[in-house]
Amino acid sequence: MAVQALTANEVTQKIFNKVPLFILDVRNEHDFSDWKIEGHDVDHLNVPYFDLLDGVEDILENIPSDKEVLVVCAKEGSSVMVSEMLSETGLSVSYLKGGMKAWSEHLEPVKVGDLQDGGEVYQFVRIGKGCLSYMVISNGEAAIIDATRMADVFIDFAEGKGAMITHVFDTHLHADHISGGRIIAEKTKATYWLPPKDAEEVVFDYQPLEEGNDIIIGNTKIKIQPIYSPGHTIGSTSFIVDDQYLLSGDILFIDSIGRPDLAGMAEDWVGDLRKTLYSRYKALSKDLIVLPAHFMIIDELNEDGSVGQKLSTLFTENHGLNIANETEFRHLVTDHLPPQPHAYQEIRETNMGKINPDEEKQREMEIGPNRCAIR
Amino acid sequence: MKSDKVLDAKGLACPMPIVRTKKAMNELESGQILEVHVTDKGAKNDLDAWSKSGGHDLLEQTEEGDVLKVWIKKG
Repeated sequence: MAVQALTANEVTQKIFNKVPLFILDVRNEHDFSDWKIEGHDVDHLNVPYFDLLDGVEDILENIPSDKEVLVVCAKEGSSVMVSEMLSETGLSVSYLKGGMKAWSEHLEPVKVGDLQDGGEVYQFVRIGKGCLSYMVISNGEAAIIDATRMADVFIDFAEGKGAMITHVFDTHLHADHISGGRIIAEKTKATYWLPPKDAEEVVFDYQPLEEGNDIIIGNTKIKIQPIYSPGHTIGSTSFIVDDQYLLSGDILFIDSIGRPDLAGMAEDWVGDLRKTLYSRYKALSKDLIVLPAHFMIIDELNEDGSVGQKLSTLFTENHGLNIANETEFRHLVTDHLPPQPHAYQEIRETNMGKINPDEEKQREMEIGPNRCAIR
Repeated sequence: MKSDKVLDAKGLACPMPIVRTKKAMNELESGQILEVHVTDKGAKNDLDAWSKSGGHDLLEQTEEGDVLKVWIKKG
């Protein structure tokens, strides 16, 4: 029967459309337990490829005939081999082109909405890792927020929209992924903005973000308003775009809140986090649509694949925003912190410009899911 | 470390390093030592897991630049 190669984009569409999938993951058990492809109706079977070298007969009974079968490995090689063995027994299977490496890097652009005077906001969903980046386009100008390291994807997208990238922002110094912000700014001669309190050790030039200094995109005054919102990092900054969207960085997510310890400062920053969430954000318009920098679980995606929700809804439904007792809040935030993101210290140093790992090393540093939230 | 057979799997991409290792191991007697050279990044963890799974003993490993060398004793 047939062996089909599916691209990360095609698999992402199936995940967005909740297509039932059976994934035969032939990586070793340690890597599989670290992270895997997630979706609403996704079943997994993990059998390392080297246990299948003599044949696939033993696992045939575990492979369902009523859903699509996708074979997945780290880079593609082993999944191709196993797919061919399975197809020789009569099964129709697909393999993920580029493997989990491609899955980790795939960005799916999703339109979030329109701006009041024309123009659009796009969200780039990095489905394999949970990172969310944004592009605000108006009148031939584009601004990018929290770009991931796949710089060309953003540059090509803006070009396809006939927009010139003029401003590139990071809401904070990221620890879970390598930012593409500086590279994009260098390649396009755009201005690169960082919150100064997070940037004390950076070795390159940047423009400091300051509350009160709004940035205008396009002729039609798209306001990007920085709001100082510490707690995830000391300098974390949110943006209100066009008085409609609140880009909350890693302070507030759809189903959780940001963790304050990624620079080892959990105890000190809990107070900042609470003030940002319970005072600063409380004072903002409830109709703002919150667009965070990460999603944690597939349930946070809307029907169209986007991640976003009204601030009023979050104030009602997000547990982290509804803990009246401050001591209880402190415990929630500091007691059950998940382990630090993989290689976080090296990632921060890369984002500061202090080290310059090659592409292969960058890939290795980013393997695995993000762990930016309190669950 | 002394070995009974050396397998040069440098430059081979996954799954070939393990495919070749398995084949080379088949040609050895129990107790003999296979020395494998690989450059593929994923091969390190896979050789470790494969050895355990197959009842072999990964005795030693060294990294010389890009090249990983392992010594596996057949179980």
